[in-house]
Amino acid sequence: MAFNFTAFTYIVALIGDAFLIFFSIFHVIAFDELKTDYKNPIDQCNSLNPLVLPEYLLHIFLNVLFLFCGEWFSLFINIPLIAYHIWRYKNRPIMSGPGLYDPTTVLKTDTLARNMREGWIKLAVYLISFFYYIYGMVYSLIST
Amino acid sequence: MSAYNTNYAPPAPNGNQNNLVNGLPGAPPPAIQLDQQQQAYHQQQQQHQHYLQQQQLLQQKQQFQQQQPGSPENAFAGAPLHPPPQFNSNIVNKFLPPTSSTAAQLPPHSLAATPPALINGPHFRTAQGVQSPLSTLPPHLRQPPTLNGPGQQIVTNGSNGVPSSNSSRTASPGLLTSCATPPAPPPKPIYTGVTLTQQQQPLQSPPQQQAVDSHSYVPTLTSNLQNLNLGGINGMPATPPPASSAAPPPTTTSTVPPKAAQSNIQRGPVNISDYRGVSVVPAQLDTSGAQTLLAASGLQGHNPVPNMFAASTPVNKNPANIFGGVAGLPKIKSPTVGGRTPYGAPQQQAMGIGQPPNNSSLQEPIKQPQATSAGVVQPPLPGQGQWLPPGVSKPVLPPNALAQPLLPPTSKHMAPPMSMPPNQLQSHQPQPQLPPHTTQQQQQQTMQQPQQQIYSKPFPLAQPPYQSPPTQSMQPPPPPQSGAFGTQPNTVPLQYQSQQPQAYGAAAPSQFGAPLSVTQQGFSRLWGQDTIDLMQNRHILSPATLPPPKVVLHNQFHESINCSPSIIRCTLAKIPESNALLQKSRLPLGIVIHPFRDVNSLPVIQCINIVRCRLCRTYINPFVYFVDSKMWKCNLCYRVNELPEDFQFDPATKTYGDVTRRPEVRSSTIEFIAPSEYMLRPPQPAMYLFLFDVSIIAQQSGYLEAACSVLNRHLDDMPGDARTQVGFICYDSYVHFYSMGEGFNQPHEMTLLDIEDAFLPRPDSLLVNLKECKELVKDLLKQLPKRFANTHDPGSALGAALQVAFKLMQASGGRITVFQSCLPNKGPGALEPREDPNNRSAKDVAHLNPATDFYKRYALECSGFQIAVDLFLMNQQYSDMATISGISKHSGGCIHHFPLYQKTKQHHVDSFRQSFKRYLTRKIGFEAVMRIRCTRGLQVHTFHGNFFVRSTDLLSLPNVNPDAGYGMQISYEESLTDVKTICFQAALLYTNSEGERRIRVHTVCLPVTASLPEVMHAADTEAIVGLLSKMAVDRSIASNLSDARDAFINATIDIFNAFKIAQNLPSGQSGQLIAPRSLALLPLYILALLKHPAFRVGTSTRLDDRVYAMDCMKTLPLDQLMKFIYPELYKVDGLLYHARNSNVSTTQDDDDDEDNPLPEVPRLQLSAEHLDSRSIFLMDCGTLIMLYVGLNVPTEILDNVLGVSSTAELADYVYGLPNVVSPENDILKRFILRLNYDKPYAPLVQIIRDTSTAKAQFIERLTDDRSESSLSYYEFLQHIRAQVK
Repeated sequence: MAFNFTAFTYIVALIGDAFLIFFSIFHVIAFDELKTDYKNPIDQCNSLNPLVLPEYLLHIFLNVLFLFCGEWFSLFINIPLIAYHIWRYKNRPIMSGPGLYDPTTVLKTDTLARNMREGWIKLAVYLISFFYYIYGMVYSLIST
Repeated sequence: MSAYNTNYAPPAPNGNQNNLVNGLPGAPPPAIQLDQQQQAYHQQQQQHQHYLQQQQLLQQKQQFQQQQPGSPENAFAGAPLHPPPQFNSNIVNKFLPPTSSTAAQLPPHSLAATPPALINGPHFRTAQGVQSPLSTLPPHLRQPPTLNGPGQQIVTNGSNGVPSSNSSRTASPGLLTSCATPPAPPPKPIYTGVTLTQQQQPLQSPPQQQAVDSHSYVPTLTSNLQNLNLGGINGMPATPPPASSAAPPPTTTSTVPPKAAQSNIQRGPVNISDYRGVSVVPAQLDTSGAQTLLAASGLQGHNPVPNMFAASTPVNKNPANIFGGVAGLPKIKSPTVGGRTPYGAPQQQAMGIGQPPNNSSLQEPIKQPQATSAGVVQPPLPGQGQWLPPGVSKPVLPPNALAQPLLPPTSKHMAPPMSMPPNQLQSHQPQPQLPPHTTQQQQQQTMQQPQQQIYSKPFPLAQPPYQSPPTQSMQPPPPPQSGAFGTQPNTVPLQYQSQQPQAYGAAAPSQFGAPLSVTQQGFSRLWGQDTIDLMQNRHILSPATLPPPKVVLHNQFHESINCSPSIIRCTLAKIPESNALLQKSRLPLGIVIHPFRDVNSLPVIQCINIVRCRLCRTYINPFVYFVDSKMWKCNLCYRVNELPEDFQFDPATKTYGDVTRRPEVRSSTIEFIAPSEYMLRPPQPAMYLFLFDVSIIAQQSGYLEAACSVLNRHLDDMPGDARTQVGFICYDSYVHFYSMGEGFNQPHEMTLLDIEDAFLPRPDSLLVNLKECKELVKDLLKQLPKRFANTHDPGSALGAALQVAFKLMQASGGRITVFQSCLPNKGPGALEPREDPNNRSAKDVAHLNPATDFYKRYALECSGFQIAVDLFLMNQQYSDMATISGISKHSGGCIHHFPLYQKTKQHHVDSFRQSFKRYLTRKIGFEAVMRIRCTRGLQVHTFHGNFFVRSTDLLSLPNVNPDAGYGMQISYEESLTDVKTICFQAALLYTNSEGERRIRVHTVCLPVTASLPEVMHAADTEAIVGLLSKMAVDRSIASNLSDARDAFINATIDIFNAFKIAQNLPSGQSGQLIAPRSLALLPLYILALLKHPAFRVGTSTRLDDRVYAMDCMKTLPLDQLMKFIYPELYKVDGLLYHARNSNVSTTQDDDDDEDNPLPEVPRLQLSAEHLDSRSIFLMDCGTLIMLYVGLNVPTEILDNVLGVSSTAELADYVYGLPNVVSPENDILKRFILRLNYDKPYAPLVQIIRDTSTAKAQFIERLTDDRSESSLSYYEFLQHIRAQVK
C-alpha cells in the first residue's frame, strides 16, 4: 500500500481519460448534429477544430507518464491510438489553423461516416482504458 | 380560393419555343418550320402514347386472363375515342367548406440568408427587428416606408418600373390572405379588369391581336431578353402586351402600367405602388413590356381549355406536351436537321438516324393511327423496310421469309406490330406455345398469319390493343429506330447481335412467369436490350448515339411528365431496387442537374401557401398520390398530408374539386413566387463589384481595355432593377478605390497603401447605384485602361483586394468579379509559384491541391454573407489556379480561363468579349439555396459543383447562374424493394435580379427494377460519363491523377464484366466485347477522358489549364460537358454540295431558311481516318469551333466558303468565318448557328489549313487515334476485352 509515482500516474490518467471521454462524446454529438442539419458545418468545424490538438496532446501526455513510470502494458495498448493520431494529423486537409475538419468536405457522406465511426471507436477505447486505469491504480495502490 | 397566379409564358401556338434561350439574340435558329412539323408530330405521338399507355395494363391483364387475341388494328381504332386519362379519378368535384387552413402551417424554410445579427449596418438591423423589408440602400434611395410595407414585401419588386417576367408580385399578400379565407367559390370581388378576360371568352381576341403586334418590336428587344428567365421570342406572341391587353383603371396610377396590368387573380388596386416612384426611362418601358409579355398572365382567360397549362400548347390539351415545350428544346431540331444528339425527342432522334430528312418518314407515325383507326387495311406501301426490326432487314432475312407471300404486302400499319420483340409478342399471339427461342424470322411468319386473321375480326370491346403503333414509336427504343438502322447497312456496317440466344433464354422465362411485369414495363422496352459487339463495330458513334433513355413509368404516373432530361438526368433510367443490385451492375448511381437552365416557358405561380409535405418539406409535384380530394401522400417520405382548401380551386375553370388541374400537379418543373416565409431578410438588390488586376503583367496582356469596353456597352443589360449597385476596385501592390458619389462630376480614386490590414477608405460611394451614377460609371470605365497604362508595379495584392471587397459587399451580398492575370504575390494570400515547367508531362501531377486555405476560408466567409466570387483568370504565366479558384469553388461562383491572353491576338479578345458579354447579361439568382430531396431509402452521397454544402442535402449558392451544372452521387440508405418508383426533387430558392424571391422546383420520377439486365440496359452513358468525370476529379485531388485514370479504366472493365454476368455470357475471354447498346459509347468517352487535358499524362499540359479543365468537369452542364470531352466532328461537304445543288440560298432572305432545311450531316468519330484532303471538316468543341480545310479542297469551294482561292492563302491562325456571299458560306453559317443554339454564347470559329502550325490543336483532339503516350480506340477496346473475364 503505497502512493507511489505509478499510482499518481494512474490517477492523473483517470482524470485525463475522463476528459478524453468527454472529448469523444462531444465529437460524436457534434457529428450527429451535422448529420441532422442542426448546425452549420462552418460553425461546427470552428468549435471542433480547436479541440483536436488538446485531445491528442493530453493523450500523449498520459502516455509519457506511463513511459516514465514503466507501465509498459498501458503504454502498449495506447500506442496504436497515438500512431493513428499522428497519421491523422499528418494527412489533414490544408488548413492554416489547427484542427482536422474542413467545412467544405466534412459533410461528404464518407467523411461524415468515418468521423462518426472514429468518434464511437475512440469513445469505446477511452472507456475501456478508463476501467483498466482504475484497475491499474488500485493495483498500484495495494501492491507493495 | 385560389390565390395563385398562372402567369407563365405560354409559348406560341406553333409549339415551337426554342428561341433565344442561350443568348443568341436576333438569331432565330434555322429550320423552324421543319421543327414545327416535327413538334406537331411529336405531340400527336405523345397523345396517342398516353392514351395507350394508360390502358395498357388493363388491356394486358385482360389478355392474359382471357387469352383474347387483341388485334392491334381494331383495338387501336378505339383508342383515340377514349377520353384523356385522369389519373386521379377518385377525386370528386366538391365545394368544400374551409375546414382547415394550412396557411399558417408553413414555417420559414431554411434560407440562405444570414441571421440578422450578422448583417451589419444599423438600419438594417432595425429593419429586421420590425420585420419591415427596408432596403439596404443608402437612405436617400429608400422609398417611403409606406410604399413597401410589411404586407408587400414579398411582392416588392424593382423600383425602376421594369417589371419582372411575372406580374404577380403586384399582389398584396395581406389582401391575398384576406381574400383567401372566405371559401366562396366564385372569387369575383377580387378580380379587377384583367380577370374579366378569364371569365369571358369574347375577350380573347384583343389580346391575340396585341400579341401579333408585339411581334413587331420583338427584334429590338432581343438583347434585353437574354437574361429573362422566361425569355423567348416565341413565348411572346401568344401573350398580349399587358399594357394594352387589359389596362385596368387602377394600374394607370402607377408609372408602370405594364406591370400592374398583368392580370392577377388576387390583384387588388391597393398594391400598385411598391418601388415605383423612381423614374422610368421609356426605353425601359419597352423592355418591361417585353418582359411582361412573357408573364402571360392575361392569356389564361382566353384559353378555352380548362387546363390552364394547356395554354402552352394550345393545339394539344394533353398535359404530356407541356414539357415538350418547356425545356426540351433540343428535340425540336433533332432529327432531320442534323446529326446532333438531342435530348428531348427520343423517337425523332431514332428516326433521324441515318435517314434522309424526308417529311414522309416523319409523318408516317401520324398516318398510322389515322389509318388504323379507320379500320382499313392499307394497301402495301413502299419504304416499309424502315419499320422493320433488324431481324427483318435484308441481311438477316432467310429465304423462306422472303418467299413468304405475306411479307411483301406488309403495309405500314402492319409493320410496327411486326417489330415487336418476339418473346413478348408470342405471349399475345394465338400461338402461345411457340418456344421463346425461336428466331425472329420464324416469329415473323407466325406473326403475320394471326395478324391477318385479326384484321378481319372486329374487336368487340374497342379497346386499344396490347401494343399499337404510336406507343411503339414513343417508347424508348422504338422499332422504327431499328428500321432506320436496317436501312443503312451500307453506310454503317453494323452487326447488331440481335437478341443473343443465351440472354434471351435467360430473360424470357422470367417474363413469361410474370406476365404482369411484362405489361407494366411496356412492350418496346426490350428494344433497348440489344447488344453490340464493340470489337466488331468500331464506328460506333453515329449508330449508338442515343437520346437519354426514356423513363417509362408505371401506369399511375404515365400521364405525368417527367422533368426534362436537359435539366435532370439520372445515370440509370431504372433504379436498382437495392444496393446489392447496384453493386452488381457496377454502374455509378447519381444525377447530373442543370437547375437554373434557361427555359423558355416555365409555369410561374404564386400561392399564399405553397403546398409541401409537412414531414420532409417536399413540394407537391406530379408524382404524389392523392388519397382523396383532401389528402395527398408525399412521394418522398410517404406521409399523408392535407390539402389546403384553396388548392381545390382551379382558377382556369373556376371550379372546385379537381386538384389534378393544378399546375403544381401538372408540371414537374415549376416556379413559385415565394411568400415572405421564405425570406430571412428582404430580397437583396443586384450588387456587382468588379476587381481588376492592374499589375504590370495585367497591363501587358491588355485585358482591361476589352473588359471595360464590354462592361461599358452592357451596363444596361446587366440584370437588376433600379436598386442595382456597381463598384470597381483595382489592385496592384496597393488597392485603388473609386468613389462615384453624388455631387462628383468625375470618379475619385483613393489608394489604400496598407494592404496587410485592409480597410475601407470611406463608408459610402464606393458601391453606387447604377442608374443614378451611370455617367460616372461610364466615365470611369473609359478612364481605367488609360489610368494604369503606364504602371510598372509587379505586385498583385489579390488577397487585400478581396478583403476590402468583402467588407464592401457584406451588408447586402452580391457578386464579386475578379480579373486576375498573374500570381498574387503581395499582402495576405500571397502565393509562390509551384509549377515546374519541365515537369508538365510527368506521370504524376503534383500541386492539384491548393497551397493555402486563405482563398477557401475567404470563400466560406463570403458564402455566409451571400457573396459569390467569380474568377476570370487571364494569366500569362503560372497563376496557381488550384489555389485561387477556391474563391469561386466554395462560394458558388464560376471560373473562366483565358490562358496567355494577349490584346494583340484578336481571337483572344473576341472570345473573351463573347464570354464576358454572356457573363454580364445572363440571368442571375442571388442568395440561393438548393435542396435535393430523394425518396426515402436514398440519400445524396456527394455533391459536385461550385457551392458550399450547408447540410446533408442543402447547397448554399450565394449566386446561381444559368450556365452552372451540378452532380450528385446517390447512395442507398435502405432497400427499395417495396416501392415502384423513386423521385428526386431539386428545389432552388433564389432572389431574382428584380428582388423577387422565387423557388424553382424540378421533380424527376424513375422506376425501380429488380432485374440486373434492365438496369444495365437503362444506363445513360452520357450521364455516367459526366458523373465519372466529376468523381475522377475528386479522386485526382484527394489522391492522385494516376489513381483517377486507373479508376476510369477499372470502371469500364467492371461495367462490361457486370454486363457479361448479367447476360449469362460464358466467362473467359472471347473475341468479343459485348456491350448493351446503352453503354456502347462508354469506352469511347472514357478514352476521350483519359486523353483530355484534365486527365492526360505524357503530354505537356500546363497546370493551370489542367486545373481549369478539371473545374469544367465539375461545373459544366452535361450537354456542354459532352462537347468538352468528346467534340463533335462533322464533314461539311454534304452541306456545301447541298447548298450548291439547291442553289437557292443566296437569292432568298433569312426568312426562308426554315423552308430550306439543312441536310443532315453525320457525326464522325474523332479519328484521322475520317479526314481526307478534299474535304472541309468542322469540329465543335463547345467553346471553340474548328474548321479543318484539307489540302486539296476544290478551289471553287474554297472561294465560296472562305473567299480564298487556295489553301495557301490561309494564314496559320485564322479566326472567324469570312463573309462571302455564296450559298455555301451561308449554309455553313446556318449550320454553325444551329450548333451554337444550345450554347451560352457563340464560340469562336478557327480555320485551320492542313499544313498550318495550328493543325496540332486539331489533331490532339482526335482522341480515337493513337498517340505517343496513349492507346487508340481499338487498342483500348482490346485492353478492355482482355481484362473482362
